[in-house]
Amino acid sequence: MSNYPKPDAATLLEIYKKATLIKQNDERVIRQMKAGKLVTPYYSPRGQEIIPSALSVSLDDDDYICTIYRGGHDMLAKGFPLDIMWAELAGRATGSCKGKGGPMHLTYPEKGIMVTTGIVGSSMPIATGLGWAAKMDGKNRVSIANFGDGASNIGAFHESLNLAALWKLPVIFLCQNNTYAEHTSMQDSTLIEQYSIRGASYGMPGVTVNGNDPDEMYGVAKVAIERARAGEGPTLIEAMTFRFNGHLVGEAGHYMDKDAYAKAQGVDPVPLLRQRLIDDGIASEDEIAAIEADIDRRITAAIEAADAAPFPDTTELKRDVFAHEIA
Amino acid sequence: MTDTDVQNANADANVVAKKMTLIEAINLALADAMEADPKVVALGEEVADKQEGGVMGVTKGLSTRFGDDRVRSTPISEQAIIGAAIGASIGGYRPVAEIMLMNFVTVAMDMITNHAAKLRFMSGGQTNVPIVIRTMTGSGFSTGGQHSDYLEAWFAHTPGIKVVAPSNPDDAYGLMRSAIEDDDPVLFIEHLPSYWTPGPVSRQHVPIGKARVAREGNDVTLIGHSRAIGDGLAAAAILEKEGLSVEVIDLRTISPWDRETVIASVRKTGRALIVHEAVRQFGIGAEIAATIQEDLWGVLKAPVKRLGGAFSPVPFSKPLETAFVPSQDDIVATIRHLAAAG
Repeated sequence: MSNYPKPDAATLLEIYKKATLIKQNDERVIRQMKAGKLVTPYYSPRGQEIIPSALSVSLDDDDYICTIYRGGHDMLAKGFPLDIMWAELAGRATGSCKGKGGPMHLTYPEKGIMVTTGIVGSSMPIATGLGWAAKMDGKNRVSIANFGDGASNIGAFHESLNLAALWKLPVIFLCQNNTYAEHTSMQDSTLIEQYSIRGASYGMPGVTVNGNDPDEMYGVAKVAIERARAGEGPTLIEAMTFRFNGHLVGEAGHYMDKDAYAKAQGVDPVPLLRQRLIDDGIASEDEIAAIEADIDRRITAAIEAADAAPFPDTTELKRDVFAHEIA
Repeated sequence: MTDTDVQNANADANVVAKKMTLIEAINLALADAMEADPKVVALGEEVADKQEGGVMGVTKGLSTRFGDDRVRSTPISEQAIIGAAIGASIGGYRPVAEIMLMNFVTVAMDMITNHAAKLRFMSGGQTNVPIVIRTMTGSGFSTGGQHSDYLEAWFAHTPGIKVVAPSNPDDAYGLMRSAIEDDDPVLFIEHLPSYWTPGPVSRQHVPIGKARVAREGNDVTLIGHSRAIGDGLAAAAILEKEGLSVEVIDLRTISPWDRETVIASVRKTGRALIVHEAVRQFGIGAEIAATIQEDLWGVLKAPVKRLGGAFSPVPFSKPLETAFVPSQDDIVATIRHLAAAG
């Protein structure tokens, strides 16, 4: 990874802000659930914060992302506003999707967050289409398809990579490999050790990176983004990471390897980056504490606003099914 | 109509073609739509001229005229085709995606029913998916169980996607223009055995959701779409000689279907028969029959009847394949029976 670009101090701090927002937000979601104030299936991205944070510092608002049910980190890193996100989590009329999407279908086109899907693997064909649109527009926009290791085995993965490579589309296929597909380990679902080698099958670069390392993740993502913007086509990135909760919050993850789990938690990427910022003199303890307190305040305000917001009117059932309501 | 005639027709938007096949009508509609709106693009297996403009030549000439960027042949990858269409549509384009044969939609069902049909609703109206999915089907070519199914009921049962099935070249042209301009995803079902049947084309848009009274009558209403209309009109001509007056309603759009036109007709005749090639069980005839009976209980002179395909996969052997589809004789006999009742 030595020949990849490295983030400068300001960029590292930006990555930390995004990662901290994701971590604190995730902790608050789980707290609200445990307090019985939020009822939803929730797929925690805790442990995977660095991946989208280090990627999205090289993206613009009008670059596209498609993500999946475990995608809160991707959305916050891309700029999803907290208030309308929380309103949507709570199923309120003020949510980004008027309470009709929920956490598995959050959408916010203003920041390029085009599709969140609950179907494993389905982010890829649509992100490929967005890449096609971006190419036709000729505006050097890129399209990111987020997915997990489990999705690397569905047919849509292969169809999408092949089409994007064939048409030289500005798409980045970002496999966030947390080594578990729901309850199934990578070893139990495939014989290969790295999904990135599949890039070669379709004629695109494939690279495996430590997704929890902000330097590596930033560098590999930046190169892929620049390649896409230059019209050179797609890249498959396999970002290695670990999820800190079960597949679904509420299940204990007994199927996970205990040693690997303990080891991963011992190298929690967000506090590691925090310490590095202090050690390298990029930010003081006080400055970081202020950032964290500010995020906490913003989350609290978003939760309070969501709780106070009305539920959608039942007339919404018929609205948005079609462009014009049909009796 | 020759290629030159089609080109001449293309040159003058006001021309009314006297005779055009369904293939030529759809081709003309695609060409006119692409001419009218640079955001209209086409993709699918073999749709470009390098691959001869589609397996039946429906998209012939389009890539030569509009360029390979706007008319793109794809690998055999149905999920990627529909996914690319969805992505391009939420990125501001109006893609027309071809799924060669209707049975192949099974490979792309996730993209169609979970994504194309739902993204508008699930996003609270922030995104819409203005795509057209063109596909062809119909028994009669001894293609067996995996190349002949009518699957319109699956999609009519799915909120968020419109389903269109023209029975003649004029409607095919007009419905295609409307489908491409529609902000919702539209499944456009082309009847393969009718591809070469010629008819006039007026180059007018046909509104989605509006049925057509193909023939007026007073004794029995026949309701259908696609291939059922040709058979229904032929049956009506036979029955006329017996003094029976049959009204034929061509649904044209299956979802949303035109209840007003259907109910008004059955209110007048008091008798209804629904005909479709898709298997009868759980077919769209059940929905239409139930609605008629709910709305017109007390007005009906006889129970609503349905004719549909046998509850079997479409068979290969010719006599079996012929027996699978409701025949013109079946239609005639059922209408006689209906007229005799009450």
